[in-house]
Amino acid sequence: MILAMPNEITTFDPWTELRRFTTARIALGRSGGSLPVRERLDFQLAHARARDAVLTPFDPDALAEKIAALGLPVETIESAASDRAEYLQRPDLGRKLSFHSRSALVELAAKTGPSDLLILVSDGLSTLAANSQVEPVLAALLPLLNESGWKVAPILVARHGRVALQDEAGEILRAKMSLMLLGERPGLGSADSLGAYLTFGPKVGRTDADRNCISNIRPGGISPADAAKKLLFLLTESVKLGLSGVNLKDTAGELEGGAMAELE
Amino acid sequence: MAYHLALGGTHYEFRDLKTLLAKASPLRSGDQLAGVAAENAQERVAAQLCLAEVPLTRFLEEPVIPYEQDEVTRLILDTHDKAAFAPVSGLSVGEFRDYLLRYETDTLTLSALAPGITPEMAAAVSKLMGNQDLILVASKIRVVTKFRNTLGLPGTLAVRLQPNHPTDNPRGIAASTIDGLMYGCGDAVIGINPATDSPAATTVLLRLLDQLIRDYEIPTQSCVLAHVTTSMRCMEAGAPLDLVFQSIAGTEAANKSFGINLALLGEAREMALSLKRGTVGDNVMYFETGQGSCLSAGAHHGVDQQTLEARAYAVAREFSPLLVNTVVGFIGPEYLYDGKQIIRAGLEDHFCGKLLGLPMGCDVCYTNHCEADQDDMDTLLTLLGVAGVNYIMGVPGADDIMLNYQSTSFHDSHYLRQALRLKPAPEFDAWLGKMKLMRDGRRLEPVTARHALLAPQLDALAS
Repeated sequence: MILAMPNEITTFDPWTELRRFTTARIALGRSGGSLPVRERLDFQLAHARARDAVLTPFDPDALAEKIAALGLPVETIESAASDRAEYLQRPDLGRKLSFHSRSALVELAAKTGPSDLLILVSDGLSTLAANSQVEPVLAALLPLLNESGWKVAPILVARHGRVALQDEAGEILRAKMSLMLLGERPGLGSADSLGAYLTFGPKVGRTDADRNCISNIRPGGISPADAAKKLLFLLTESVKLGLSGVNLKDTAGELEGGAMAELE
Repeated sequence: MAYHLALGGTHYEFRDLKTLLAKASPLRSGDQLAGVAAENAQERVAAQLCLAEVPLTRFLEEPVIPYEQDEVTRLILDTHDKAAFAPVSGLSVGEFRDYLLRYETDTLTLSALAPGITPEMAAAVSKLMGNQDLILVASKIRVVTKFRNTLGLPGTLAVRLQPNHPTDNPRGIAASTIDGLMYGCGDAVIGINPATDSPAATTVLLRLLDQLIRDYEIPTQSCVLAHVTTSMRCMEAGAPLDLVFQSIAGTEAANKSFGINLALLGEAREMALSLKRGTVGDNVMYFETGQGSCLSAGAHHGVDQQTLEARAYAVAREFSPLLVNTVVGFIGPEYLYDGKQIIRAGLEDHFCGKLLGLPMGCDVCYTNHCEADQDDMDTLLTLLGVAGVNYIMGVPGADDIMLNYQSTSFHDSHYLRQALRLKPAPEFDAWLGKMKLMRDGRRLEPVTARHALLAPQLDALAS
């Protein structure tokens, strides 16, 4: 964040030290009662980054190529949303496979047979997050899965996907579990945040209550290595218990540095 | 009952009242997503022409959601005040729009009318009104509420101080709270959206704010925006809770998806009243709403999102809230696509809420996947200021780092108070003067690091 420096035109806020406790935009200073120009432009820049993260065209083939280098077969597919504008206004279409991709997956299923886990990755609401976080997360997760003997289906890369798309795909491919990695709605300070959603017994009609989620995977948030460990834990517990969703708890528990920390 | 209109050689038929309302609603993505919007621009105006002829009494005869199926419909019809309705009972929706704009329809007239208006009547008339009509009529209405200060008086604009933190870290929340108070904000409420909804975590935050309010004798109220059942457990355990918060919607089924019903809200309100923590009044409820919530919950019954939003205000009205606000752009582009739709929806919600007698505020906001930006927020903020909005949000730098959306800032409140000559709530204004933070209700005073609000925070850091 750009610091508002004291000068004769703007008024400096003498509590900048409180920024140590929060990333909120506090002690910004003022021009009269209004935001000083540097703080205003700093905000505009953050918004521009977030907008570009949402609107940058996603190249599924380029991401598929990076993933293929990790050593697993990769297929590119599409949701039923035909373009970005439709994707943003019709979440229902982002949750469904296109007619063409559905047929392609039916064919693929005949070739591959059942698996333990289907991984589907998508741009979601942040192309930037998909392009920058998916490959590192998979690079950390795939070896862990391999060591634990998971049979992983070909990885699917989907354009314009929403959470639930992995359940339709997982059902077709007869996967025991499905996992989706996709770009989250960008915040001003977190345009590159990736989310991970997993479902036991994926099929059309599963709801949010049936899924578990890890969010905020990005530099400054949860690292790819930590995300991979958490995911392996949740996947393993889920298979053991035969369920996912509200009844499967991440025993990591309370938020670090949260309100409960004060009780100790 | 079907509604018909012949227009330029085309015959339009609208199957029932809810279809007519939906087709008459100004364009928005949520109604398109629900499949209830007009097919084209001409059908929309045809529906508006047809709606203009519908008598207001029709809304008492044809509920948009059946009485037997929905407790919100039962609430609306069972509490309808026929005496208050009498002055407009002979009007059609179109005539009602013209009636609202007359010079003679003043603040007193509109206050007396409120209990006679149903949400569907308010929604219907709003669909025939331009943005300037929504602003003008709302500006004539005053809704005053009280807890530790007096909100909604003419010439005032209050601010909810929203010091959210991604992990509810108390020091982080305190830092943002101090920032807001130094900027003269927080008269509507100091209200935290908690990241974790548990009674223990909520109690920690309630104690933090209670201590601050008592230490500095701030004439305001606090709220942790946890689920109503969490607040009830906090109250049972003796936590210092001022206001009970809850998100509400306009159908029984949507409220059920929020884990609430009318009886539960009533029970929570009784508990909060019994604590007697208000000093100048006993409005103890804080509600948030937003167009699209029923559709999002799969509970819209084929009714358009703006009419459903107005029905949420009937729920709010039953519990005499201190604050109601429509979180207008939070829900995303599948419900309100761009700045234009968000601005229109904000004005509609404010108008409908005020017409029904509610202390309306607005979270003027957007998410980063919406076709909107800060200029759109400046525009809506200004329009709502002119319309007499009771309060707006104050988020540090307009950037909510917990909820990941952009709202309005402490600085924005200074813009609006200067441009429109508005002051904080009187008790809070006096406190700001006493603390040497602000003078004349809108001019910030220079401060040093030794200011009474700052020194203890900064000293704690140095030690």
